[in-house]
Amino acid sequence: MIWVNTVVQGLMLGGLYALFATGLSLVFGIMRLVNLAHGDLIVFAAFAILVIVEVLGLDPFVSALLAAPLLFAAGWALQRLVLNRVLGRDILPPLLVTFGLSVALQNGMLEVFSADSRRIRSGALESASVALGPVTLGMLPLLTFASAVAAIFLLNRIFYATALGRAFRATSDDPVTASLMGINPRSVFAIATGLAMVTVTLAALYLGMRANFDPSIGPARLIYAFEAVIIGGLGSLWGTLAGGIIIGLAQTAGAAVNPEWQILAGHLAFLVVLLVRPRGLFPRAFD
Amino acid sequence: MLQTQGLTASYGQFKALFGIDIRVDAGECVAIIGANGAGKTTLMRAIAGVLRNAPEMILHRGEPIGDMAADRVMRRGIAMVPEGRRLFPSLTVEENLLIGGQVRRAAGPWDLAAVHRLFPILKERRSNPATALSGGQQQMVAIGRALMSNPEVLLCDEISLGLAPVVIRDIYAALPAIRATGAAVVLVEQDIARALAVADRVYCLMEGRVTLEGRPRELTREAIHAAYFGALA
Repeated sequence: MIWVNTVVQGLMLGGLYALFATGLSLVFGIMRLVNLAHGDLIVFAAFAILVIVEVLGLDPFVSALLAAPLLFAAGWALQRLVLNRVLGRDILPPLLVTFGLSVALQNGMLEVFSADSRRIRSGALESASVALGPVTLGMLPLLTFASAVAAIFLLNRIFYATALGRAFRATSDDPVTASLMGINPRSVFAIATGLAMVTVTLAALYLGMRANFDPSIGPARLIYAFEAVIIGGLGSLWGTLAGGIIIGLAQTAGAAVNPEWQILAGHLAFLVVLLVRPRGLFPRAFD
Repeated sequence: MLQTQGLTASYGQFKALFGIDIRVDAGECVAIIGANGAGKTTLMRAIAGVLRNAPEMILHRGEPIGDMAADRVMRRGIAMVPEGRRLFPSLTVEENLLIGGQVRRAAGPWDLAAVHRLFPILKERRSNPATALSGGQQQMVAIGRALMSNPEVLLCDEISLGLAPVVIRDIYAALPAIRATGAAVVLVEQDIARALAVADRVYCLMEGRVTLEGRPRELTREAIHAAYFGALA
């Protein structure tokens, strides 16, 4: 029964990692941009939610709802004003710029919020749980997992059932030909980064409610997100969910054997998948 | 309707066009002929906005558009069927057609049903990935995709390239129906006989310069030969 519990808890943890990774996967899938500041943007979003919670005294979920359009706008502006200028055949400039952005964000947050650990308080939800037979599930992990599935489902609907999604896929395939269809690839990229920031807001909400955070933890979130994207296969959103779940399962299994092995087990799972399926489990991007 | 004035274009150090002057009137079919490397595709790419220029080098309805990006040029009503079809592999046949009219949906005769009437096979294959079709069917998708915006000017770059003669005949059979809707057609073609058969006027390019201009019935075989190859055979 302990193993059943371990597997279920790993599944739930995988939901959080999938949320970390969804925005990264979205942006890579559409514009082949690896955003090294992704983890720091999650932490930035967590601080944004925290500020709304503390200043306006609102519920964290309502605060995230308010933060989402603001962060969409921030993502849109970031892409329009900065990242679009460095996108091109050479992958190095965007990597350097997002690395620089990561450093600037960490230091900016350190300046404004200090190095103290913070947490978004969610009251009774923090300790609420439901019993499912022999397994007891925390409400927060359960909500995290459900949110990850819902977010990926919705993004897939946008991708495959809307005109915007058609423009995303066409621009991802061939931005020059997409522009011959009247589509402005730079606008499409800006909307994509805006959407990625909405998923970042969701990830930040659960990160902030489930654990302490401070300005320095972004890069570690980036690693988990990156591993989930690679395991799932570049550009595949459902693959990203699978990738998050695999890391979550590996970490809880590792921790069940020896608590010191938790993080290591996740990284080992990533390496094993990379060894067996170098292009990930469900690759969609072919260049 | 559409005019280039002293249009030049370069790829880095390599200059591909040297002061091209061409004119396309409303509803007209203009053929651009020339050997490989003559600059035909570069001319199409420049007009479509893929290659940017000085504004006044290209005029559309009298307004300078030479510096406009491709998406803005397309929204003015200049659609392009690019060389090699360039269909979107992630999109189905129907999605490839729909995306052609997604941003600019001008009033006009072309919609999904009209494109299906022009190329019935595309209705049968509408759920297939576009790149799973045969070369000829893919060319039909590329033409239908460009028509979906109801363009004023349709730029067709080498639409017969790499296709079997019977397929080329089917593709060209659609041209009268397209012209009947009033769109001007600019046809880049290496097949001189086919171009002369359908065009109102012809420009011949050689090494980035216009070497011949005229109406097909006014041009002699020798003059075309000289303009195409650079010397009388």
